[in-house]
Amino acid sequence: MTAPRLTADRDRCIGAGMCAMTAPEVFDQDDDGLVLLLHPEPPADHRTAARLAVGLCPSAALALHDPAAGDP
Amino acid sequence: MSASLHTVPSLPAERRPGCPFDPPAELLEAQQHGPISRYTHPGGKPGWMITGYDLVRSVLADPRFSSRKDLLNVVDFELPPAPPGEFLLMDDPEHSRYRKPLVGRFTVRRMRMLTERIEQITAECLDAMEAAGPSADLVAAFAKPIPTIVICEILGVPYEDRASFQEQIDAFMGGEVSDEELIAAYTATQEYLARLVAAKRANPTDDVLSELTDSDLTDEELKGISLILLAAGFDTTANMLSLGTYALLRNPDQFAALRDDPALTDGAVEELLRYLSVAKTFHRTALEDVELGGRTIEAGTTVVLSFHTANRDAGRFADPHALDLGRQAGGHLAFSHGIHQCLGQQLARVEMRVAFRALVDRFPTLRLAVPAEEVALRPESADIFGVKSLPVTWDAK
Repeated sequence: MTAPRLTADRDRCIGAGMCAMTAPEVFDQDDDGLVLLLHPEPPADHRTAARLAVGLCPSAALALHDPAAGDP
Repeated sequence: MSASLHTVPSLPAERRPGCPFDPPAELLEAQQHGPISRYTHPGGKPGWMITGYDLVRSVLADPRFSSRKDLLNVVDFELPPAPPGEFLLMDDPEHSRYRKPLVGRFTVRRMRMLTERIEQITAECLDAMEAAGPSADLVAAFAKPIPTIVICEILGVPYEDRASFQEQIDAFMGGEVSDEELIAAYTATQEYLARLVAAKRANPTDDVLSELTDSDLTDEELKGISLILLAAGFDTTANMLSLGTYALLRNPDQFAALRDDPALTDGAVEELLRYLSVAKTFHRTALEDVELGGRTIEAGTTVVLSFHTANRDAGRFADPHALDLGRQAGGHLAFSHGIHQCLGQQLARVEMRVAFRALVDRFPTLRLAVPAEEVALRPESADIFGVKSLPVTWDAK
């Protein structure tokens, strides 16, 4: 089974910090406030938080591709 | 779903007596009929009122809806474009030109680094309140000074200017002064900020405004940005602190729950944000015809987004009209959504977490000093809802 894979689009990012707040083990912000993806394939115990962060992103800069759920 | 279309009377509508935290009955009734209703703007122009969570959120994320002031179709005359720097009322790319240099100053990490300083400011306010006790106006002693001092320090407003500055901002945010007073306060603030920008350019200090003088932004633009940061930076948080305390005191079980369990603090802040939604409504204008909730929003029509009712949508939050500090309130729209989502939200969170925690720790017996229904509320005409004053008392140690 392939692990879920995260992508972050720094051109779309508006630096609101929702991801770094919601899943700090997976996301951070650089000095310009933009998203830094720490774990493109988050370990199992951080996946719930990562999924939540993807849903909360105000600018749709994050995506989670989960092969198990049928995502490409 | 009902086929008939509900029509909402023009805002502002006052809240029902005894329900100071709930949206006006007119908006709750509209929400019962469906997430989108016909609406006539107070200036006479036809529009739409959106009260449902999903639709409000989708409009906020939709680039076919504009935030531009000059496109607002609410009155019979043309509105001017937003003044330089007031990027809330702009679309991209103009909006992001202003926002981009700011976001790095308001990250989760940078705001958390302020925790200790905010605890110190809060403790000083509580010390003064306790020394003058055992009663106080919580607005003057606590809710206003904490965010005022914090945002002034971040931006670099000199200490001696803070009192007069707060008075001016109060005047044009409070929603109840005459037009002449409003213009006078606004002009005085503009003039003050112009002098402040010039001073920072001449002698940069260690603050955000000085850092921004290093960018390609003009003095006029810096003035506009400063105005937004200051007004957004303290009127919102100040009203969350005071109205939030009022809500806790009217829900003694919730006050006790927060007091007795520090682990509840972060979640309590999110729930208070959801429940109170002090920034009640925002406008967007359709740039093209948009299908929304089975209706067509015609190009050029302005919609009102009711954040407060969206955050009380039973389809998104169970038992939405209950203040429940233990619930998962994440995903609320109190800081908006989309590219305009609040720049200072991480600062606001740190301020509220620190301040509410310190307040209940310091005054575990805190209670209202007047009958609950006598607490004076801001009029609905104010952009940000809140209380004018909050008389409280406690058992002296």
